[in-house]
Amino acid sequence: MKLLKLVPDDTNIKFLKWRIPFYVVSVLLIAASWALVLTKGLNYGVDFAGGQEITGTFLEEQDAPIGELRDTVGTLGLGDPVIQRFGEANQVSIRVRLPESAEGDPAAANRISTQIIDTVTAEHPDFRVDSNNTVSGKVSGEFRATALQALLFAMVAIAAYIWIRFEWQFGVGALFALFHDVSLTLGMFALFQMEFSLQIIAAILAIIGYSLNDTIVVYDRIRENLKKYRRMHLPELLDLSVNETLARTVMTSLTLLIALLPLLLFGPASLFGMVAAIVLGVFVGTYSSVYMAAPILIWLGVDSNSFVPEESVADRQDKKARGEI
Amino acid sequence: MLDFPLWKRISLWAVTLLLALLALPSIAMLSGTDVPAAVENYEVNLGLDLAGGSHILLEADPSQVAGQRLESLEESVRQELSNAEPRIQIGDVSTADGRLSFMLDDPSEIDRAREVLTPLMNGNSLVREWDLSVVDGNRIVLTQTEQGLDQAVDDAMESATDVVRRRIDDLGTREPTIIRQGDDRIVVQVPGLEDPEQLKDLLGQTARLEFKLVDANALPSDVAQGIANPGSELVPYAEDSDFAGNFEAVRRLGGIRGDSLTNAQQSFDQQTNEPVVSITFDAQGGARFAQLSTENVGRRFAIILDDEVISAPNFNEPILSGSAQISGGFTVESANALAISLRSGALPVDLTIIEERTVGPDLGRDSIVAGAIAMGIGSLMVIVVMIATYGRFGVYATIALALNVLMVLGVMAFMNTTLTLPGIAGFVLTIGAAVDANVLINERIREERKRGRRVVAAVETGYKEASRAIYDANVTNFIAGVLLFLFGSGPIRGFAVVLIIGLFTSVFTAVTLTRMWVAGWLRNKRPSEIHV
Repeated sequence: MKLLKLVPDDTNIKFLKWRIPFYVVSVLLIAASWALVLTKGLNYGVDFAGGQEITGTFLEEQDAPIGELRDTVGTLGLGDPVIQRFGEANQVSIRVRLPESAEGDPAAANRISTQIIDTVTAEHPDFRVDSNNTVSGKVSGEFRATALQALLFAMVAIAAYIWIRFEWQFGVGALFALFHDVSLTLGMFALFQMEFSLQIIAAILAIIGYSLNDTIVVYDRIRENLKKYRRMHLPELLDLSVNETLARTVMTSLTLLIALLPLLLFGPASLFGMVAAIVLGVFVGTYSSVYMAAPILIWLGVDSNSFVPEESVADRQDKKARGEI
Repeated sequence: MLDFPLWKRISLWAVTLLLALLALPSIAMLSGTDVPAAVENYEVNLGLDLAGGSHILLEADPSQVAGQRLESLEESVRQELSNAEPRIQIGDVSTADGRLSFMLDDPSEIDRAREVLTPLMNGNSLVREWDLSVVDGNRIVLTQTEQGLDQAVDDAMESATDVVRRRIDDLGTREPTIIRQGDDRIVVQVPGLEDPEQLKDLLGQTARLEFKLVDANALPSDVAQGIANPGSELVPYAEDSDFAGNFEAVRRLGGIRGDSLTNAQQSFDQQTNEPVVSITFDAQGGARFAQLSTENVGRRFAIILDDEVISAPNFNEPILSGSAQISGGFTVESANALAISLRSGALPVDLTIIEERTVGPDLGRDSIVAGAIAMGIGSLMVIVVMIATYGRFGVYATIALALNVLMVLGVMAFMNTTLTLPGIAGFVLTIGAAVDANVLINERIREERKRGRRVVAAVETGYKEASRAIYDANVTNFIAGVLLFLFGSGPIRGFAVVLIIGLFTSVFTAVTLTRMWVAGWLRNKRPSEIHV
């Protein structure tokens, strides 16, 4: 049987030749992402914005009457409700901010959800309430703080680990690649205004972990080649390392994607955002470990001596004694 | 590297099969089959987002506890000083800023006052509860100590948790989880609840019941303007009562607190057939209620629940039976809820619901089915690609993959962890990523063969050289997973649990097991060429 080879054996793509244009584009993309996050903002779900979210299914209809719901629920005087399709065409999510007076007052929050559900079921008796979430401003504030902490902690802890296992330049490179991945994911969520929830933070943390897999594999090979080819120019050596590991990079990204795509397409609606973030992260992470994590090593001054242990005085004396020097 | 003696092979297989078998009860449960009672303990728990149910986070306000302590300290101080022989006169009492301060009429009595009050400063517990200081020679200031307050908040939360548990048990829901979280929070999780509104009403009710005499001298015009006579206070009527929006002037002192009840039941008034709550006092409470009603026949008294008047009926006759009826605009449900709350005792602090998540039972079932289908298709595609790319080594990788999925579920069942909706995503991610180790190994073997190494040497180097990157990659994933677990809440933790267990099992299956199989094949067939 002839086996499949996604990357031909003699592949030698000059990745590093284009490192400056790619870097410029990536830095611009990072900047654009942050600009989007700051101007357009993230579409915070109840987890982070607080408020009330009801999701439900219209059991006997093809499409959820979203326009009609905006009219009916919009006139209840509950501020500006956010009504979106959620998963299947006949599923919706209705989100409202809690008025100040209803904060922490279960009776008031109850009344609001009952009011919304009654309004919808009056016109559509087939409406099935699937979930009903209320998050107070206090709790959503805590969620925002812990989410930020978790992301920063993860990035720093992982960069520190890489530093310990490799060299500081590799730690910085990995950190930069992670920053790139997180920024672009946030940018996408700001651009498409997809709901940003705790699940998305979980997805980003998972991306951080998996994007790093690629980076580590490339770095591991760079380290190995640095010891093996002491005279090779660094850009050339990086290209060699990336090409040598390219088959593995492509294959692993591919298996991740083909495992995740069915979940994205046929999986539970409430996982869509999370899985979409991870899928996006697989692409961004693969790219960043080739184009962000590797070239930065050139600028940070890695050379072939980085992994040669420095000789101690005792070593030198030893060698002298043996007449090697 | 490729040496696997018999004992090693047997023990590796034993671990694998044992953990894989542990997954079977969970698989049966997830697919909706009845699980024999004998193995029910080895099922994974289903998170509320998959099983349906309510998650409610309650929070108490510690400053309320501080206020209550100050109030009761004021009462005891007044009592102690007036019981002292001779009585110590005080004035200018203030409870501002969380401190009790008062002036002695006679500054020369300061030492005696201090002596009288000292026993109050150390409560029943071992910690010192109050600090006493003297200002300007004649003013005594009592300040709560931090330990004293912490202890009081802790006690209050402990008993609040008990009250919450009794109330939920009274609703007859199955397997509720009620745990304290942090200093001032309680988490309540009730699976498969039909009516979350009822539960929330019940938890939001402090159920502090008081009976106070109505101030007969209060002028309706004064009450309307918000003016109360000295010794009286204005209390609003409850929103559901017949007089919502009005106030009642009641005497501050001389009432009875409803914390001495032995029973409370929802019933119907015999004349009006209106839903009411029947309460029974304990002996002491009954005696005091009998006295109050005997001394005040013909006068009105207010039934006050959580600082709101429910109703203000007449004492028509002395009530000596030790039981009474509370009426006031109840529905059967609200009367029943109040009865449960009163039976379980009043909450020592108000609890507010700061987070609530309820998932309907149908959604979870749909999610499991959709997740299982997606996982099936995904695995199948991964298997096809792996076998097409790596041939025999791909077959090993996919068997390892299948065992890995079973083992993750088996370990989860064994450790009694919870499978949540994001946990399903964790499974799929584990499937996609677990083969990474095999990809690394197989690509390395390809490379080594290309460089001209012989079969056994290539395989050996492949496993050896790849394992460094596999190790580092798993450690960093582990760091991310642990942070996810530490910072995440319920459902997210479920995701972290799957990822973390998956890291360990996937290294075991994808590296150790496949190496054993490859070694066996190499030893038996001694192939001179391998297709990787």
